[in-house]
Amino acid sequence: MSDTTNEKPLRIVLAKLGLDGHDRGLKVVARMLRDGGLEVIYLGLRQTTDQVIAAVEQEDADAIGISMLNGGHLALSQKMINAINEAEAGVPLIVGGIVPEADVEKLNEMGVAAILGPGSSSEDCVASVRAAVAALA
Amino acid sequence: MNQPTSGLRGLPVSDIFTRACDGDRRAIGRVLSIAERGGTDSIELGELAHKLTGNAHVVGITGAPGAGKSTLTGRLAATLAASGRRVAVLAIDPSSPVTGGAILGDRIRMDEHNYGTGTFIRSMATRGQGGGLAVAVPAAIRILDAVGFEIVIVETVGVGQIEIDIAGTADTTAIVVTPGWGDAVQANKAGLLELADVFVVNKADRPGASDSRRDLELMLDLSDTSEWRPDIVLTVGTEGDGVDDLITELARHRQHLADAGQLEARRRRRAQHELRVRAGDALANRLKDALNSAEGQSIITAMASGGASPASSLDRLLDELYPN
Ligand SMILES: Nc1nc2c(ncn2[C@@H]2O[C@H](COP(=O)(O)OP(=O)(O)OP(=O)(O)O)[C@@H](O)[C@H]2O)c(=O)[nH]1
Ligand SMILES: [Mg+2]
Repeated sequence: MSDTTNEKPLRIVLAKLGLDGHDRGLKVVARMLRDGGLEVIYLGLRQTTDQVIAAVEQEDADAIGISMLNGGHLALSQKMINAINEAEAGVPLIVGGIVPEADVEKLNEMGVAAILGPGSSSEDCVASVRAAVAALA
Repeated sequence: MNQPTSGLRGLPVSDIFTRACDGDRRAIGRVLSIAERGGTDSIELGELAHKLTGNAHVVGITGAPGAGKSTLTGRLAATLAASGRRVAVLAIDPSSPVTGGAILGDRIRMDEHNYGTGTFIRSMATRGQGGGLAVAVPAAIRILDAVGFEIVIVETVGVGQIEIDIAGTADTTAIVVTPGWGDAVQANKAGLLELADVFVVNKADRPGASDSRRDLELMLDLSDTSEWRPDIVLTVGTEGDGVDDLITELARHRQHLADAGQLEARRRRRAQHELRVRAGDALANRLKDALNSAEGQSIITAMASGGASPASSLDRLLDELYPN
């Protein structure tokens, strides 16, 4: 392995917005990203967009990953994007979960950097985050 | 498509540091990253920060995995913040030695009581073995001290020498155990008990807490406590019980350090430890260069072929390392 003393691994804040009750999926994503060499700041369930932004600032994170209840994705993604813009956080938003085909384009237009469906592999997840961060750099 | 821009991008380190000192939390987050990463920017930052340090009370919280350190730290920080203190938390979790990645899960236990209180929480991964952590943590503590936090709480898992060393270089170290013999014995084996300035028996809602207290008292009776005898505080991190007692104890220890002139001694110990690690890194790099140089290679060849003794080869190598 190469000497990584001066290399900062990518840091991502992972959270679930909204009121739904379990975070199994989010935990799976967290492990996949860790296995891809990322530092995952795990916030877990029932986070507000303001809490996510506060964590991003304090943790100097490079990206935000959110997942949410089926159905809430459009409204919650928009709220998260607004919060990112308002705070001038300068980080990409990656959305995970079941997103109907018809909504993918809407999310993209909104400014969501990547969408990770349930079947995404570890490589997919890591590559999406890296690409999204690189695109903003 | 929206392209949000970061307000700190492109700013020189000194400007970011000034903003951090003014309380800009994103700037604080950024300077911590710079300190953690090392390199030229971190040297400049270190020059700016070190003059402003020496005011924070650095509290180490360590103990076995799952003992409730984060839960307790969250309560502690929130209670201190509620009484008007400026609190920062540095929560350290291991990186995967294989992938270098990490899941930093301490924050989730702290946010509930600290969001909106002004408490600053930073998660830090160990990023591999070696001296990295032993340099990065003191650097991060100095930053948090310099930007004005009055209390810096450092959470580490009490396994692994580097983590234990870090806990031991705090001004005040609290060792967290849980009810049940096993835990105290384990802590003893890991060399944690000697480090304790305060003992916490967390999960005191569970059976056996008073037994743990007695066991710890017995252990203390057998050790030299002439300078300071750690108190034993029972807590229920999930409920916040005992947190006020813990705060009282931490403050009492800090006062003791000041009264006994020990604050200085602790800081010397911390400086010595950090300097040794830094020197070790620097010397190791020099040695690597020397061995890779043409002269180094010829020394190795001469020794391998039997033409030069190990002792004379070492002399030659040392000449190469320290010319004159
Ligand atoms: N019953 C009980 N459970 C507690 C108490 N304090 C913490 N816990 C629980 O213990 C578990 C571990 O708590 P953490 O605060 O994450 O422990 P930790 O020592 O920080 O864990 P690591 O950082 O993973 O080593 C959680 O499920 C907490 O809810 C307590 O006083 N009583
Ligand atoms: Mg913890």
